[in-house]
Amino acid sequence: MTPLIIQDEKGLYCPAGDFYVDPWRPVERAVITHAHGDHAYSGHQAYFCTRLSSPIIQQRLGKLERLKALEYGEPIEFGPVRVSLHPAGHILGSAQVRIESKDGVWVVSGDYKRTFDPSCNPFEVVPCDTLITETTFGLPIYKWQPGEKVAQDILAWWETNRLAGKACVLFCYALGKAQRILAELAKLTDRPVYLHGAIASLIPPYEAAGIRMLPTIPVSEMDKNHSYAGELILAPPSAFKSPWLRRFDPYETGFASGWMRVRGAKRRRGYDRGFVLSDHADWSELLQTIEETGAHRVYATHGNSDTLVRYLNERGLEASALKTQYEGEQEE
Amino acid sequence: MKAFTTLYEKLDMTTSTNAKVLAMVNYFATVPPQDAAWALYFLTGRRLKRLISSRMLREWALEMTGMPKWLYEDAYEAVGDTAETIALLLDGGRTTDEAETILLSEWMMQRILPLQNMTEREQYDAVTRWWKMLDMREMFTLNKLLTGALRVGVSQNLVVRAIAEIAEQPTAVIAHRLMGNWEPTEAFFIQLISPEAEVSDISRPYPFFLASPLEQPLETLGNPADWLVEWKWDGIRSQLIRRGQETHLWSRGEDLVTDRFPEISDHAALLPDGTVLDGEILAFQNEKPLPFAVLQRRIGRKKLTKSILEEAPVAFLAYDLLEFNHEDWREKPLEQRRRQMEQLVHQLGGPFRVSPAVQVQSWEQATVLREESRERNVEGFMLKRLDSTYQAGRKRGTWWKWKIDPYTVDAVLIYAQAGSGRRANLFTDYTFAVIHEGQLVPIAKAYSGLSDKEIQRLDNWIRRHTLDKYGPVRVVEPCHVFELAFEGIAQSSRHKAGLALRFPRILRWREDKTKDEADTLENLHQLLNNHIAIREGA
Repeated sequence: MTPLIIQDEKGLYCPAGDFYVDPWRPVERAVITHAHGDHAYSGHQAYFCTRLSSPIIQQRLGKLERLKALEYGEPIEFGPVRVSLHPAGHILGSAQVRIESKDGVWVVSGDYKRTFDPSCNPFEVVPCDTLITETTFGLPIYKWQPGEKVAQDILAWWETNRLAGKACVLFCYALGKAQRILAELAKLTDRPVYLHGAIASLIPPYEAAGIRMLPTIPVSEMDKNHSYAGELILAPPSAFKSPWLRRFDPYETGFASGWMRVRGAKRRRGYDRGFVLSDHADWSELLQTIEETGAHRVYATHGNSDTLVRYLNERGLEASALKTQYEGEQEE
Repeated sequence: MKAFTTLYEKLDMTTSTNAKVLAMVNYFATVPPQDAAWALYFLTGRRLKRLISSRMLREWALEMTGMPKWLYEDAYEAVGDTAETIALLLDGGRTTDEAETILLSEWMMQRILPLQNMTEREQYDAVTRWWKMLDMREMFTLNKLLTGALRVGVSQNLVVRAIAEIAEQPTAVIAHRLMGNWEPTEAFFIQLISPEAEVSDISRPYPFFLASPLEQPLETLGNPADWLVEWKWDGIRSQLIRRGQETHLWSRGEDLVTDRFPEISDHAALLPDGTVLDGEILAFQNEKPLPFAVLQRRIGRKKLTKSILEEAPVAFLAYDLLEFNHEDWREKPLEQRRRQMEQLVHQLGGPFRVSPAVQVQSWEQATVLREESRERNVEGFMLKRLDSTYQAGRKRGTWWKWKIDPYTVDAVLIYAQAGSGRRANLFTDYTFAVIHEGQLVPIAKAYSGLSDKEIQRLDNWIRRHTLDKYGPVRVVEPCHVFELAFEGIAQSSRHKAGLALRFPRILRWREDKTKDEADTLENLHQLLNNHIAIREGA
């Protein structure tokens, strides 16, 4: 049996349907799982993605002439294979790619998580024969708490600093994590949050999708001398230790990321607080997903793929690692 | 345990000294005194004898979870710490209501300490039961307490500041009350912060006054006649206490070493009662110091045999008098303290000597004389103002140490290993080699001396230039040369190179050098031979 997906120098390729999934070099036909930069590159001739992803991808890559937006579950034929996109629970519009031919069903998970996230559609189990799964956090030390619990911790931190007259600058990825935090916090408070420009520009697509978030104000709209005492500011990690932060003084810094689970990683970066919040599957979610899909063959991409592969092999499952260019959640 | 865990995390995460002091003040002000006493015990670096080894903890965790060993090892490699790896793996999410109410002191007295008298099976049952009761953070603290490896990122000075703030007492008073042997009890803590001076424990030492490294030009010190110049001895800084017809000998690390040096302790009985001397214990023969390595033979011994006592004769070189006739003399000027000390020590004799004052007329003369340091087996000069009081801890201004430059060697990086804690995941432990007959022979391991940026860059390079792996050790392409500094060199049959370096550390990355330009083993042996020749007075 010929494999439905192989890997070449441009990305994950489906020879039978002649298309790529998340290719990192320009190709003719690209199925894009989600709008993060290491999955949605520019330069392809035709794009296929979910309806929810489409505005975000075009906001980042510019207007795309040949883009087909699909509903979740809506099938599309590529020659002899039938392709459909299914919720991955990673960020708004994120998808798994289901590929079906007469030889069976393959699923490319893209980035995904099983933890509840009010800012996107929940992960859907797609039964398949072969699963290509991400493994960004593929070690049993990674174990997530519910986002709601993390939001409570963030709120408590905010509250403590508010009483001390300090600002809280919380660093997080501009697309997905920031909106998830705003959506989780909206269940606990109604105070407005200030945003770095990189995050502010990614709020409208979420609002358009009807995601309920805290009210936000771009920092760029404020007077230079505005006092941020007691306020919460969201910023991308690239702004950490930059002069942009001076206006918030006195402030404490926090970082919301799965990497904050390990003490050494936390201390090395020098944030005052680490909040363990990830948009990727943790160890038990990876195992749960593999089991629920019923896949009898698993390929693992990015992160600790070797560990997961060995674990699955010892349990009698056919598994191996795929080397891809995806970066997963960056350690920065 | 939750409050203590939170305190530990705060101290661990911040580098601001004020934030550290504030966190401690808040902690000590809100927990019961018996808990404060135990926290203080750990914050001041005191440790329980290791109750459970890391290896045992790991095996119990594997037994409890049925996890394969290789999977544990993969996890450990990403974390770099046994206590933390286990806590992350076993994390059940929350602390039970029952465990919430258990105080730190109750953990210590009723649970952790009694493990000593249990069989291994009973220990396993107890520890695995506790693991199920605690959330990840508290489990981490527990594991650290069990393995006796709780290291807190806080200096003694900051702890003293925090306690002084609570007690509304001067820091010098608190520093003194914290010296010596004390038990972490409710009574101790209450006494520590009480306004009244307590009945003094006769063995209690004074806080050592520590000199700071001299960084400014000598001329800024003014007239040399205002200063006492002494050789900087390479031995064990000690405080000798004679009170209540008893002798106590303390090392600067606050270890009681009375029994290690019986010739000193026994002879000290001739001192008048109520006397405290500050000085240096040295291996000493024919009125000359012997290398530190000789003294080391005395340190690790369980039993001091007659032959050891003969092989490594010792002396106590006194340089200060802190107490005389039961009176605290620390506020008197050094000149006066020293005069009285000289009189006492000359009468005493035996293994006691006065650390001699080096007579210099000018700083130029001192600079020339300092060049003799290596030949004399000393580390340079100590400069103390003659009118200085004896302060507590490291205070700048009146006592300076003026050390000679270290030895250096250019060596090639050959192995790398990931660090632990903050440096887990980063290759920060390096092994260096020099050239011998066209081969590279390892001579030293070094951990510190590079900037964070250099560490990152080297880490990146190591990952891409690994030739081989032995467990956690990476064999790298031998091409990077580093200048290492070290304080001494000694023969060693345990090392392939036949010698061992004392205190090796990285001075700088010599990117201008290739591996063929590294030093040879012959260079080092030459240095070693010179060393031996000098020491033997040849």
